[in-house]
Amino acid sequence: MSQLLIKQGHLLDPANKLNRRADLYIENGNIVAIDTTPDNFNADQIIDAEGLMVIPGIVDLCARLREPGLEYKATIHSETVAAAMSGITTLCCPPDTDPVIDEPAVVELINHTTANAAHSNVLMLGALTTGLKGELLSEMQALQIAGCVGLSNGRQPIANTLVLKRAYAYAANCGLTVFIEPDDHWLSAGGCAHEGTIASRLGLKGIPVSAETVALARALEIVAETGVKAHFGRLSSAASVAMIRRAKDDGLNITADVSAHQLHLNEFDISSFNSACHVLPPLRSQRDQEALQRGIADGTLDAICSDHQPHDPDAKESPFAGTEPGISALATLLPLAIRLADQNIADIETVIRAITSTPAAILGANTGSLSVGSRADICIFNRDTSWQLNESNIHSAGKNSPFIGWNFQNRVEHTIVGGTLIHSHAD
Amino acid sequence: MEEIAKPETLLDKLAEQLKTLLTERAIDQPLMVGIHTGGVWVANALHQKLSLEQPLYTLDISFYRDDFSRIGMNPQVKPSNLPSQIDDRHIILVDDVLHTGRTIRAAMNEIFDYGRPASIILVCLIERSGRELPIQANVVGQYLHLEDNQHIKLTGPEPLEFVVE
Amino acid sequence: MVNKASRPTDSLIGHDAWNIQLDTNGHLKHFLTVEGLSTALLTNILDTAESFANINAQSVKKVPLLRGKTIANLFFEASTRTRNTFELAAKRLSADVLNVNISTSATSKGETLMDTLQNLQAMQCDMFVVRHNQSGAAHYIANRVAPGISVINAGDGSHAHPTQAMLDMFTIRRNKGDNFGQLRVAIVGDVLHSRVARSQIHALNILNTGNVRVIAPKTLIPAGVEDMGVEVFNNMEEGIRDADVVIMLRLQKERMQGALLPSEQEYFQMYGLTEKRLRLAKPDAIVMHPGPINRGVEIESSVADGPQSVILEQVTNGISVRMAVMSMALGREPETSEAEKA
Repeated sequence: MSQLLIKQGHLLDPANKLNRRADLYIENGNIVAIDTTPDNFNADQIIDAEGLMVIPGIVDLCARLREPGLEYKATIHSETVAAAMSGITTLCCPPDTDPVIDEPAVVELINHTTANAAHSNVLMLGALTTGLKGELLSEMQALQIAGCVGLSNGRQPIANTLVLKRAYAYAANCGLTVFIEPDDHWLSAGGCAHEGTIASRLGLKGIPVSAETVALARALEIVAETGVKAHFGRLSSAASVAMIRRAKDDGLNITADVSAHQLHLNEFDISSFNSACHVLPPLRSQRDQEALQRGIADGTLDAICSDHQPHDPDAKESPFAGTEPGISALATLLPLAIRLADQNIADIETVIRAITSTPAAILGANTGSLSVGSRADICIFNRDTSWQLNESNIHSAGKNSPFIGWNFQNRVEHTIVGGTLIHSHAD
Repeated sequence: MEEIAKPETLLDKLAEQLKTLLTERAIDQPLMVGIHTGGVWVANALHQKLSLEQPLYTLDISFYRDDFSRIGMNPQVKPSNLPSQIDDRHIILVDDVLHTGRTIRAAMNEIFDYGRPASIILVCLIERSGRELPIQANVVGQYLHLEDNQHIKLTGPEPLEFVVE
Repeated sequence: MVNKASRPTDSLIGHDAWNIQLDTNGHLKHFLTVEGLSTALLTNILDTAESFANINAQSVKKVPLLRGKTIANLFFEASTRTRNTFELAAKRLSADVLNVNISTSATSKGETLMDTLQNLQAMQCDMFVVRHNQSGAAHYIANRVAPGISVINAGDGSHAHPTQAMLDMFTIRRNKGDNFGQLRVAIVGDVLHSRVARSQIHALNILNTGNVRVIAPKTLIPAGVEDMGVEVFNNMEEGIRDADVVIMLRLQKERMQGALLPSEQEYFQMYGLTEKRLRLAKPDAIVMHPGPINRGVEIESSVADGPQSVILEQVTNGISVRMAVMSMALGREPETSEAEKA
């Protein structure tokens, strides 16, 4: 059937330690060869990738599509188109939709919509507890059968530690990974900024580091006791990075991610009450930012995600504390990841791995590499083109980004999902 | 340009003419008000020469200027010291130089915010060309014709001297 | 276009946001926070307030400076006292005053704030005096008003209350002279929630005060407050020793609910300004309070009414300082338009 040739691009595939120029052959939605032309190959389409970087399609561990429930902010269609234009071929959405993804029917509803409307692949996390209320277990196996790749309680608290333990144990029973955003509800309640000098000056209620580390410590203990596979997402502090390091050294089977904006912004960025920088977890100190960067560089933190949260304009139209937190982040995942390499904080293979093969493995998805036989999800970008982020080139329905006005060096030229070219820059 | 008399000489002349005017109008117990800063120096001297019984009053026109929006707030405003009872009193308003007439306009506005005087007599040490409002002095030390770009200023308080630029 | 790849400077003074307070000639346009303003500008405000204090002592207290101007009091947070002094200040400047009262419950959404603003702008007001329960509200409004409109912050959340700080500085200057370098000033109470304290700390530091101290239990001290330029004391006796100025902050009853303090009685035991404690300060120390006072909670009645208290003087000074700020903001040279510059 369809045959696609990507010609003379510079392939960068950390999973296969590939970092050189080569031709890439795709047939029937899969990668069939590298370098050597397969027999009976007559390309229907040739992409001239001379001078361009060819990496596996980006796998985003956390992106909110807002549908079902908050369609006035964004939809599955608008966000998966935006993802594709940003080189993201697979994204995973948390269960805090409305209705919550705690029943197979909701999974099916979303699958139905994505089948008709999606451009990038959408994976889902099911709810750990019904309604995310932290009281009763959800039907985890039913969710798994329906297609959920993991379970999560979003940023909603599970106050009762016994319920937490039983939920993790049950998830382990089903062989599912638990995705945890560590946050102690009482320590963070009402807060909107990192508890520290800047929040104090601005008179904003602070969220101490302990809001994250207390919840992280509790979760790690229970993970250790139950043996569940766990992934800790959206860490924000140096202390958390250290705890993850110790846990891994102790042999715990865990992974962790950080959102791209936490690697490039810190508490100083809210100084002028810039509500575009109102995020949860908050932007913390410069010291925390540096520890997060080092965490990616040395592998303590495994992946970088976007934590994409598109908003309608009204959501950010208020004095700081009254705005809804979150950044529209699909457009900046790739450029911010690569910027880490450009700033010599981490090498390019590490950052590419952090947005391709590692998140794919965490999600158990057959993507994230250029291995022969794997699904042809590919991102082709130009390392030399300079462009500036502004409202017209944020393709998401949400334009809420503090990076508007920033100049970036990398521009996505083509995106291929399942062997089909679904985006080219000239469009 | 004409020769300008010394302030001392003009002050004597002012005192004489003012005494005459007050007698003519049968004004008894006038209230003398000097306009900061130069007008207060002149008023001080006149007040002594005329041995007025009532105390000397002063006012600062900063808050009544018509060019406030253009030049902004002046932080060094001196306190105005006006009598609380102005109604039906005769005021002698004293300034050093009468030029455009705007200072006097502002001073009169300020006086009228305090009450309704019976009359106001304007005394100026120097009256120069360049009037922009229909204001006239009753008693003048010397009249000078000056070009638009020329300025005359009284410096003091001791000694009182004219400076022309 | 600016390449924002590099980090903005760590120093918050001079950061772009605070320059929104000054017009292109460097004159005060909005008065949102004391932070980031120069010693010269603050001194200018105090000197200007001095002239107005003289006016307020005369029998005719009105001047025509702002005749024809309309000042709108936008109080999203209820406050009769502060609103009254702003209204009085505006009227003494011969301005027209519009009191817009909006209940807090309706304004948690940004759209109501914007709608209110747009309606008011249609009425062609020259100045908004804004009090709001959210930090950053005054900046928010200043960033969105039409050019030519000035915004005065009458208190935004826990962030700033700049006119209060200036009237406090004015009171200190009138009682202690203008050499702040010789003064030890102690601010006592709930610094964590206090916009007054934050503005006072900035003002005291910009005026080069010798020693600025905050005295409060750990639960009421904001994180990193030392970075604002204060020495922190948790013990009242130690902190108040040899102080020239003691500023008491109001303790709100809600603090007991939030598990920040056990009771008013214990607070008074440990941090209340009693006559005995006041004797530890300098003999000629002055006692200040932004009001309203909680007698027997943060301050003993005999101290509040005593000879060292200047609390009532603060209220009078509030009118002069607010007249100064309003006339400085509305009486500016028009900025040169681009066409004229070319």
